[in-house]
Amino acid sequence: MRQRLAKVTVWRAIFAAILLSGAYATYLRIFYGLGGATNLSDRFPWGLWIAFDILCGVGLAAGGFTLVAVVHIFNIERYKPILRPAILTAFLGYMLVVVALLYDLGRPDRLWHPLVMWNPHSVMFEVAWCVMLYTTVLFLEFIPVVLEKFGWNRPLNWIHNISVPLMIAGVLLSTLHQSSLGSLYLIVPEKMYPLWYSPTLPAMFFLSAIGVGLAMTIFESWHSSRAFGRALELPLLASMGRVLAVLMSAYLWLRFLDIARRGVLPLLARNRPETWLFLLEIALLAVPTALLFQRSVRMRPGALYACAVMVVFGFIANRLNVGVTAMEAASGTSYVPKWSEIAVTLSIVAAGFAIFRVIAEYFPIFEKVSLEAGAAQAPEPERARVAAA
Amino acid sequence: MSKAILYDSTLCIGCKACEQACAERWGLPYNDRIAAEAKISAHKLTAIETHGERFSRRLCMHCAEPACASVCPVGAIQKTSLGPVVYEADKCMGCRYCVQACAFQVPSYEWDQRLPKMRKCDMCYERQARGEPTACAAACPVGATKCGERDALVAEARQRIAEKPRDYYPKIYGLHEAGGTSVLYLSAVPFEQIGLNTSVPQGPLPALTWRVLELVPDVVSTGSVLLGGIWWITNRRAEVAKAEGKRK
Repeated sequence: MRQRLAKVTVWRAIFAAILLSGAYATYLRIFYGLGGATNLSDRFPWGLWIAFDILCGVGLAAGGFTLVAVVHIFNIERYKPILRPAILTAFLGYMLVVVALLYDLGRPDRLWHPLVMWNPHSVMFEVAWCVMLYTTVLFLEFIPVVLEKFGWNRPLNWIHNISVPLMIAGVLLSTLHQSSLGSLYLIVPEKMYPLWYSPTLPAMFFLSAIGVGLAMTIFESWHSSRAFGRALELPLLASMGRVLAVLMSAYLWLRFLDIARRGVLPLLARNRPETWLFLLEIALLAVPTALLFQRSVRMRPGALYACAVMVVFGFIANRLNVGVTAMEAASGTSYVPKWSEIAVTLSIVAAGFAIFRVIAEYFPIFEKVSLEAGAAQAPEPERARVAAA
Repeated sequence: MSKAILYDSTLCIGCKACEQACAERWGLPYNDRIAAEAKISAHKLTAIETHGERFSRRLCMHCAEPACASVCPVGAIQKTSLGPVVYEADKCMGCRYCVQACAFQVPSYEWDQRLPKMRKCDMCYERQARGEPTACAAACPVGATKCGERDALVAEARQRIAEKPRDYYPKIYGLHEAGGTSVLYLSAVPFEQIGLNTSVPQGPLPALTWRVLELVPDVVSTGSVLLGGIWWITNRRAEVAKAEGKRK
């Protein structure tokens, strides 16, 4: 018992250290501008905050729309127990993306400008509108949890009445902006390393977002079962693992076709950082995909979890490669994030895990059946472990 | 009818009078230290580069179909019918997509400001609107930078190449780069030797994203019918199953 308490304290200390460094980085950002808080320059205007906080953040929250489609549009009811945590993750994810945007925008006070100043030719304009509308949809999908808790039935009924069009809108908005995050890069053909620049970027971003949405659902179910002492919905997650394997193999095959057709396969023979980071990304996605095809892997919680984590890291590697690695060579400079960029990113991730935990503790997010009395004191090492990773 | 600038590298003597005139016109500081900086930045919107014994000049290319204007989410950047690509700082929210998208690496950001703006050459929009030449063209003592109608300048560039074929590399940079630009270059040597990016696509860049963006209405309309239909079918199926289950 003592040992366990000590462990908790260590993770708490790390958590506090992350938030503290994040606070100092925030001070730098506000008083010394982007130049004081980042290593960005005219040659390299988008860095970690775009590549991780925005590209990864939005993608990792894709479990929300994927599961809404599965449960409410395709009416596959058995996935219902994991729908609410997925919606909560998505809602928190989008809120945190907005927070990250406040750091990254040169003029965060003008975040609202796309509302009234339109340019339909801009991918960023489309993304801004989709993210704004979808965050509203997610709020309406999440808020019944709060209304239920306090027994406010009238607004609950009102939301219930519009739930079908709301969910369809949510799926469409997600389809649009998940793919558009890839379209953002279509305009820089001569700046992007050819292993990643492809006219198929939007489709690839969309497919991989669905994949990582499923992986994140497995990931958070596993953690919440540990944190809250719930039984794991193993058969559900295992069948989800199978869907993930099929989806990711289709994705990887399309990536291969795309790279082969564009005739850039020979680039892989070059000993460059791009080659190795590309191979790392593909390995992190291909290995779990191959493993998940085996029933023995899917039915073992630890192995299933490890596969989901690998897919998540493979996805993150892909987005970081698109946002940073691919842009390095042509930029004529070498960008490495400043410590304060990393501190802000880690703080946002850590805050996300902490808020998720608090909400999950006080609101009916998980099915009630297996909640145990002592679960409330469960440690938060998972949260901090991931935040530190 | 659109204004343009012709820069003839073979005539340029590297005196940097254009740099000084540009700084004065923008109210930016200009001294020996800034003059020594060989690249454009938020405080230096045009720069003379030295490549061996030749000179080159960097400034906004004022593309016919600018990537920066197409990507700006708030429409802060516009291509004017007069020719210059202009920027409204009051709209800008600082996403720096213009900096990212520009194939010529022109837009510069005020990285160290608390309330930053993007900065780039606007081809002296208000001077041109009055029919005056740009500050840089007016300041150039040797006529290396010339201001005028784009068609006339293209014709003149072709004539210069034809008259002195031995002095010129037989191409005009900016004629087709990124779909054509309002700044045109002449040089004695291939353009990459005076620091110009020759890997810029020859067609307009905004088409690359518009090709996808124009599908948005189709995705929304088809998608809502499809998803609505699927919901209708699966929901009906569930209702029927429930009713039949009760009857048994």
